[in-house]
Amino acid sequence: MAQDLNRLKESPSQTAGPYVHIGLTPNFCDIGGVYDADLGLSMVNDKTKGERITVKSRVLDGTGTPLRDALVEIWQADADGLYNSPSETRGSADPNFTGWGRCPAHMETGEFVFETIKPGRVPFRDGRPMAPHITFWIVARGINLGLHTRMYFGDEEKANAEDPILQRVEHQVRVPTLIAPREGNVYSFDIHLQGEKETIFFDI
Amino acid sequence: MSNKMPETGLFFQRDRDWHPPAFTPRYKTSVLRSPQKALLSLDNTISEITGPVFGHNMLGELDDDMIHNFAKPGESAIGERILVYGRVLDERGKGVPGALLEFWQANAGGRYRHKKDQYFAPLDPNFGGCGRTITDEEGGYIFRTIKPGPYPWPNGINDWRPAHIHFSIFGNGFAQRLITQMYFEGDPLIWKCPIVSTIPSREAIETLIAPLDMEATIPMDAMAYKFDIVLRGRRSTMFENRKEGN
Repeated sequence: MAQDLNRLKESPSQTAGPYVHIGLTPNFCDIGGVYDADLGLSMVNDKTKGERITVKSRVLDGTGTPLRDALVEIWQADADGLYNSPSETRGSADPNFTGWGRCPAHMETGEFVFETIKPGRVPFRDGRPMAPHITFWIVARGINLGLHTRMYFGDEEKANAEDPILQRVEHQVRVPTLIAPREGNVYSFDIHLQGEKETIFFDI
Repeated sequence: MSNKMPETGLFFQRDRDWHPPAFTPRYKTSVLRSPQKALLSLDNTISEITGPVFGHNMLGELDDDMIHNFAKPGESAIGERILVYGRVLDERGKGVPGALLEFWQANAGGRYRHKKDQYFAPLDPNFGGCGRTITDEEGGYIFRTIKPGPYPWPNGINDWRPAHIHFSIFGNGFAQRLITQMYFEGDPLIWKCPIVSTIPSREAIETLIAPLDMEATIPMDAMAYKFDIVLRGRRSTMFENRKEGN
């Protein structure tokens, strides 16, 4: 026998279920008066630095049907590539940008809309710059453990080509599943849970 | 908020044999919503080890009291009055201070205040079903609610959810983000539930079952259940593998 490492096991995940709105966006599902506003509704204010963009997203099941009961959270750096987090040790992020957004799917169309700014580049572990990206976390009924993925920007071809994460993808044919095309100030990011266009999900 | 130095180490790898797999056909909705290709393993970068934090000042006075936070003045929700308390820890056994917990649940009759819930058990006009709190310096938390009822749900012909409270937890890195459910000691429905049984081992399921704690009850007021939550641990940053000059 050796000493015990005294590690605990992470609490096992359970699905967010169909009523996730009650807990995370109660005002969205008509439970008013408990919280002033739903958390994560607004990421920017009129003093936020950076290029204003809109990210529109959908999460599609194996038949191509958009999920209308999913919830997405995003996490991103500010315009200078700094995260608004105590674990950010490289500098102070823009105090007028939270970096974190939360949005429930539209109950009819399944669309998510985030009004945000384009993030700056942040370094990979070896110091090389990663391409600008937004981290996505997806939960829903039928998803047993929240899914992590990233959205990259369609107009950042050069940065995307040298991104250490995208370069690591064995089947390069799948890389476009992470890249959102731009039209005006809107980036569109469809997340496919299954099928030929299945989005790359990360084990982080 | 904690006065300790923020931690920046990489998170321990998630044990995906301990969590439910994505494809669990007894829980039918998972069939078309489960990724089928291998996940891409990704060493944590700054994008994963950072995460948003929330200050205690965002909390309203009744956010941690579901008996009263939706009730009319002078009234309260119907049901068994309970306290739920515990600690948020990481895999190293350290308390996680400043963790935002959000919870939601059905009312005492097993009905959610949600337009998609078609169960004919009545709504309680004094019960909304959401609450939140932030852990203290030791990772501790407590809230007050009523015990939710079990309810039938469309999956098999006769599937029932055991009484449960949903929990959403933020640690201090986005890679720790977790949603889970708390069950109640002694509920026979736990072992019949297709959602519970997405978790592969009995040992793991038992970590989601909160025991009754008579010592924490408030006599003539509320019973108490203890529910500890464990988030991913993180490595020490002292001897990180780095190229010279970084």
